[in-house]
Amino acid sequence: MTTITQRLPAPVLALKNIVAFLWRTPTSAFGLLVLGTLILTALFAPLIATHDPYVQDLNNVLQPPGNGHLFGTDELGRDIFSRLVWGSRITLRIIFLVSIVVGPLGLLVGTTAGYIGGRFDTILMRITDIFLSFPSLILSLAFVAALGPSLNNAIIAIGLTAWPPIARLARAETLTFRKADYISAARLQGASAMRIIVKSIMPMCLPSVLIRLTLNMATVILTAAGLGFLGLGAQPPLPEWGAMIATGRRYMIDSWWLVTFPGLAILCVSLAFNLLGDGLRDALDPKQVNRK
Amino acid sequence: MEKPILDVKNLSIRYPGAPSDAVRGVSFSLGCERLGIVGESGSGKSTVGRAILGLLPGVEIRADALRFQDMDLLTLTETEMLKVRGRRMSMILQDPKFSLNPIQRVGHQVAETYLRHFKCSKAEARAKVLEMLAAVKIRDPERVHDLYPHEISGGMGQRVMIAMMLLADPDLVIADEPTSALDVTVRLQVLNILDGLVRDRGIGLIMISHDLNLVRNFCDRVLIMYAGRVVEVLQAGAFDRARHPYTRGLLAAQPRIGGGRTPLAVLDRRPEWKEEPLA
Repeated sequence: MTTITQRLPAPVLALKNIVAFLWRTPTSAFGLLVLGTLILTALFAPLIATHDPYVQDLNNVLQPPGNGHLFGTDELGRDIFSRLVWGSRITLRIIFLVSIVVGPLGLLVGTTAGYIGGRFDTILMRITDIFLSFPSLILSLAFVAALGPSLNNAIIAIGLTAWPPIARLARAETLTFRKADYISAARLQGASAMRIIVKSIMPMCLPSVLIRLTLNMATVILTAAGLGFLGLGAQPPLPEWGAMIATGRRYMIDSWWLVTFPGLAILCVSLAFNLLGDGLRDALDPKQVNRK
Repeated sequence: MEKPILDVKNLSIRYPGAPSDAVRGVSFSLGCERLGIVGESGSGKSTVGRAILGLLPGVEIRADALRFQDMDLLTLTETEMLKVRGRRMSMILQDPKFSLNPIQRVGHQVAETYLRHFKCSKAEARAKVLEMLAAVKIRDPERVHDLYPHEISGGMGQRVMIAMMLLADPDLVIADEPTSALDVTVRLQVLNILDGLVRDRGIGLIMISHDLNLVRNFCDRVLIMYAGRVVEVLQAGAFDRARHPYTRGLLAAQPRIGGGRTPLAVLDRRPEWKEEPLA
C-alpha cells in the first residue's frame, strides 16, 4: 500500500488521508454521506425528480404522501419530492457562493490586520466589531431590505454578515505566527509583507478557517432558509426549502407533509455540516497530523 | 584593511517601553573577516544583529553611523530594506526547528530567496537550489529538495538554513547562535561548511554566540559584550592577554580537561562595568 500512495501527488494524498480519517468516525461519516448525497442530488436533479417542480396540478392539491407523489403535493399540486430535489441546487448554490465570498474576505482581512498590526489592525478590527455587534439574521434582513428581496441579494447579505467571525479567527491565528522564527526567516530572505501574508501566513491559517467555514455553513443554510421563510430570499416559484416551509405554514395543521419534508431536509444538511466541521477539526488538528 | 563592509559607531537600541537602552554605545567595523560577538544571555548580542538587519519594528535605534557598504541603514526605508535583506546581507537563525516553515517543502523555501531577488524561471531557481544544497554538503539534494522540514534532521535543517541565506550571495552574513541548537557532533561539521562558504565567497561574517571556545577558534576577532556594552575587543589568538575582568572571569569559568578539581570560578558582575568607558 505504501508504495502506491507514495507515488500520488501530495495534495491528493492529503485529501485521501483526510477523507479516510473522516470516514473512520461515524458522526463525520454521516456528514460526509449527507453532503455527498446532496451534491449528487443537485447534479442529477433532472434524473431524480419524478415531476417538474414548477408544473401546477390544481386537481391534485394537498395530496398526502403516496399515490405517485413520494412526499405528497403542495397547495398548488406540485410534487414536493421533486421540489426538494431541485431545491438542493439552490442550497448548494447559496453555500458555494457564500463560502467563496466569505472565506477569502475573512482570511484577507484577518491576516493583514494581524500581521501588519498597529492602527491598521485597530481600524479593521473595529469594523468587524461593528458587524459582530448585530445579530447576523437582523443584519442580513437589513441588507436584503435595502437591496430588494431576491436569492442573489440574500446570498450577498449573508456573505456580508458571515465574514467577521472568520476574520477574527484568522487574526488570532496570525498573531500566534507573526513572531515565529520562520516568519523572520522569510523577512530575512527579503520577502515583502504581502508576500509573507500570502505565502506563509495564509496557508497556516487555512485549516482553522476551513473548519470554521464548514461549521458556519449550518448557520448560512438556516439564515438562507430564514430569509426565504420571511419572503426576503428566494422568490415564490423557486423551490427553496425555507420558502417552501413558509408557504406550507398555512396548511400545516391539515397537511403536515408540506412543512415536514423541507424541514427535515434543512435539519439533515445543517446537522451534516456541523458534524463534518467537527470531524474536520479533528482531521486537520496539527497534533493529529503526525499520526498518518 | 580595505573599505569596511559594515561600520557601526556608537549604536544604542531601546525597546519600546523599556526604562533603559538594551544596547549602548556599541561600535565596530567589519571587513572581509569573521567577527565574533560573545556575551551572556541578555547582553544584547542578538539585538545588535537584528537591529542591523532592521528586524526590530517599533524599536528606537540611535547611532552616530550605521553604514553597510555605501548605504546608510538608519535612513533606509522598509521598501529599500527589502532589496538589501537576503540579497546583500542575511542572517542565519538559531534553531532550524523553528526557523523553517513547517508547511513548505525545503526546496521551495530555499528557492524563495532566489525568486525574490532575481528574475528567473522556476527551473533555474531549482537548479540553483540543488547546487546550493550540494554546496552545504547535503547528500542527495534532489530528495531533500522535496522533503518537509520535520522530515530532516537538525543538522541538515541548519545546513538548509545556511543554503537559504547564502543563495543570493550576500556580502554580509550574521549568524545568530547558528550551532547552539545542534548536537555537539554535528556542530563542527556545520561550522566547517559555513566557514568554507564564507571564505570561498569572501563574505563578511558576524558570529553571535555564547560559546567562548567556539568563537575563539572560529573567528578572527571577538567582541565581548556585557549588559548592552562592548567591554573588550580581542584578536582571536590573544585571549590570554584579555585585560577586562569580565573577560577573564568568563575564561576562568570554563572547565578544562586536565585542569584542577577545585570548583570553577564564579563569574563576577560589577555594576561599574556598565558605565565605565571602553579601555
